[in-house]
Amino acid sequence: MRHFVIVGILVLVTAVLTYVGLDVAGVATQMNPIEASAQSIPIDWLWNWEIIAICFLFALIIVPMAYSMLVFRRKPGDTTDAEHIEGNTTLEITWTVIPLFAVLALAYMGAYSLGETRRIDPNAMIIKVKGQQFVWTFEYPDTGIISTELHLPVDQQVLLKMESADVIHSFWVPEFRVKQDVVPGRVTEYRITPILVGSYKVRCAELCGASHAYMESPVIVDSQADYDSWIVEQVAIVAASQTPEGLGKLLTVKNGCIGCHSVDGTKMTGPTWFGLFGTKVNLTDGSTVTADDAYVTESILDPKAKLVTGFPPVMPPFKLTDIEIANIIAYLKTLK
Amino acid sequence: MKKFFSTALARGLFWQLIGTLTGAGLVTGIRVLMGLSATDKFFFTEPAWVLGGFFGVLFFLAGNGSVSDWFKWARGIETPEHHEERYTGWEKYLNVSLDHKVIGIQYTVTALLLICVGGLFALIFRTELAQSQLQFLKVDMQLFGQNGPELYNTLMSLHGMIMIVSILLGVAGIMNYVVPLLLGAQDMAFPRLNAFSYWIAVPAAVLLLMSLVLGGFGTGWTGYPPLSARAPVGVQMFFLGVFTAGWSSILGALNVIVTVVRMRSKGMTAMRMPIFVWASVATSIIAMTATQLIGLSFQLVMFQRLFGMGFFDPAKGGNPVLFQHLFWFYSHPAVYVFVLPGLGVISELLPVFARKPLFGYRWVAMSSMGIALVGFLVWAHHMFTSGMNEYLRLPFMYSTLLVAIPTGVKFFSWVATIWKGKLTYPAAMLFVLGGIVSFLLGGLTGPPNATVSVDLHLHDTYFIVGHFHDTIFGGFVFPFFAALYYWFPKATGRRMNEFWGKVHFWLMTPSFFVLTLGMMRIGLLGMRRRIVDYDPALNFDSTHLVLTIAGYLIGLAVLIFIINFFHSISHGEKAEGNVWNSRSPEWQVPSPMPTHNYDQPFEVVGEPYDYGLAGSKYVEFAKPEKSKNK
Repeated sequence: MRHFVIVGILVLVTAVLTYVGLDVAGVATQMNPIEASAQSIPIDWLWNWEIIAICFLFALIIVPMAYSMLVFRRKPGDTTDAEHIEGNTTLEITWTVIPLFAVLALAYMGAYSLGETRRIDPNAMIIKVKGQQFVWTFEYPDTGIISTELHLPVDQQVLLKMESADVIHSFWVPEFRVKQDVVPGRVTEYRITPILVGSYKVRCAELCGASHAYMESPVIVDSQADYDSWIVEQVAIVAASQTPEGLGKLLTVKNGCIGCHSVDGTKMTGPTWFGLFGTKVNLTDGSTVTADDAYVTESILDPKAKLVTGFPPVMPPFKLTDIEIANIIAYLKTLK
Repeated sequence: MKKFFSTALARGLFWQLIGTLTGAGLVTGIRVLMGLSATDKFFFTEPAWVLGGFFGVLFFLAGNGSVSDWFKWARGIETPEHHEERYTGWEKYLNVSLDHKVIGIQYTVTALLLICVGGLFALIFRTELAQSQLQFLKVDMQLFGQNGPELYNTLMSLHGMIMIVSILLGVAGIMNYVVPLLLGAQDMAFPRLNAFSYWIAVPAAVLLLMSLVLGGFGTGWTGYPPLSARAPVGVQMFFLGVFTAGWSSILGALNVIVTVVRMRSKGMTAMRMPIFVWASVATSIIAMTATQLIGLSFQLVMFQRLFGMGFFDPAKGGNPVLFQHLFWFYSHPAVYVFVLPGLGVISELLPVFARKPLFGYRWVAMSSMGIALVGFLVWAHHMFTSGMNEYLRLPFMYSTLLVAIPTGVKFFSWVATIWKGKLTYPAAMLFVLGGIVSFLLGGLTGPPNATVSVDLHLHDTYFIVGHFHDTIFGGFVFPFFAALYYWFPKATGRRMNEFWGKVHFWLMTPSFFVLTLGMMRIGLLGMRRRIVDYDPALNFDSTHLVLTIAGYLIGLAVLIFIINFFHSISHGEKAEGNVWNSRSPEWQVPSPMPTHNYDQPFEVVGEPYDYGLAGSKYVEFAKPEKSKNK
């Protein structure tokens, strides 16, 4: 009996200490990173209960185990066997039935928490998201804005309608907690209500290829006023972009070109466009070619036809119309 | 050296090479006749490599002699029931043997070899992760047609699959060696099928490694399309390798089940079987009935690539999420294939070292079957974020959480077994206890992943990576080492060095917990899995450095084990008696075990784990025992 009392006390002490330790480490009452969405609150609430259960069960197993290892170790010179205890049906039923109810309770809490994260606001703002190797593009259907940064107003539910151009990606902002795969051939939905103004990042969470690690884009939660002025600014840019060069630039954003091609000379996955047009380009077969209209057109429609030395042959073909390609070429000419 | 080149292994590998060239040449010839291109980036075209890989496996098996008896029977030639061993020493293990003990050791040593290969891959990419930014796997490097990040993805994927195959072989190794001995059988039910199951795994491992040099496959071991449909030709070798290894698993499992059903000693009723036999049956039921699904899912992608069949291609009406269902229908139960035998080893060894009966034997036995059956109903918990129908998420949350109940029964029974025991701590027992703690951490971090909303955060992060490694180390790696320390004297008549065994344990265990707990910590903070580089702004550099050091210490510990293992085969301390003072039948006869196991059949006359019950016996041999039972 003495053993049970000691172990019982130690289990409780260990459970409490483990919980306090985890809380100090920042993984109990609030799962770090900070909660930046309404959906993160029910998730962290459930997480905290799970940590409490984990700490208790951890102590419940580890304490009697450690106690047995220390107290019941074989004394030197003793060669006899231990007491013959085969089992105890009451105990077995107890530790089958109690966990069954614990698990059902946890499942109920899990369902409740999931329901909270899925709470629908009928007035949610819709934004279209496109994932492709290895960029995110955001389109605001109300205003026609196309951006590589996702700007969201605080305290307003948004519904992201997400599509993939190639392979499976996954939209995850750790501060928002929620994650949703972006699957080719279907539209998946991601519903979020930002509650904390700040600058975050969406990080692709499903392995999508060589540059998967870098498929990150800024997600900026603005106050309503900042958001409105950003919209005005972007609408003005769209309006001013009705020239061939401007439309070309928008196309390069919309199609994700600038995920691999820099416009300022930085080396990325693909060759930079800065000062490209009209210069000689070295190809992998040893020849050179002038970057003229015909070359650029071919490189968009059939990227593997002429490969530039020093760059991997990873660009997929883009089906663009003649006018769109002409606009992009007009834009390329301005990059000097 | 000349001896080596005449072994079945060397002949098999030679014929695999010939087979690969034949198959590839055949397709290339047909392509030339059809006016198609004959060569590609990796010399042969993709269809040529696939047929070559397939022919390689067939030629290996035909060339090394593991199917020759069947061919002889087909031609009406009789062969002896047992092959008298033609070889001695190391040659025995590199040639085709029908002895379950030799096959068990072949499996085990192959598993250890693959653990080293997979571990080496892990150390390479762990080194790259020690710091943010790219250090040596850079974009402008080229190796095997891959740049640095692509090579990282290949190594990361291969680490997964090589380790999985290694675990399957390790599980098969322990089951093969131990199950017939525990049952009192002379051999497995189908000795030739047993040899075939082992030897088909060798060309499978070669195919997996071939994928590395044929452009790799940066898809993760899960091989989700459309990414795998676009990967280099290496992914086909990966698919073919897994497909081939699956045969090994399915046929081996069939053999175990038949052996247990048909070949138990007199008096060994179901509830008097050693607990490891229960675990082996549970694991074999899963392996025999679920492995087909991973083979199928990979075969469909293979055909999508070769023949343009758009099973998972949305442009052709295919569905990428369907692949995930097929894949996980095996790949979740597969983790129970990995851990159930390990948990069986824990339950088998604890009573020996605690000198007390296994607490609640029937409940422990039934919990293995419970885990095996519930394990079939939980696969979609890997897909909570996949975009599958939302209403599927809740039922799969419930079924997944139910697994906690039979798992809990095991933990409580283990604790009750050592409670008031008389515990000793040789290396084998240390690994059993380490396994329990590790599996406890893995088990406790499971329910948060099962509850959908929390999983939306945890999915595809390092939290999962840490959780998974805890379960697999607890359920397989620790018990596997325990089993090797424990049954090593039975196989060799010598025991492994205890001191170095303890160094192995005390070096590996703390490093391992630092590794997995560190992984979980940064996973919560936003570290995604399967990335070659991470945002320096996240401040993970110092943690990753610690994780890398921990990884190297684990590698060092395993290296110590490997040296100890091979050194002890010929130099270990002699141990021919019942070294652990166990009641189990295999320890009642001298070590090493004779070729046809027990000279005298035994009858089961008591419970397997009645330690502390005066005058009780588990087995009684037909004639008075020859060995002295201390």
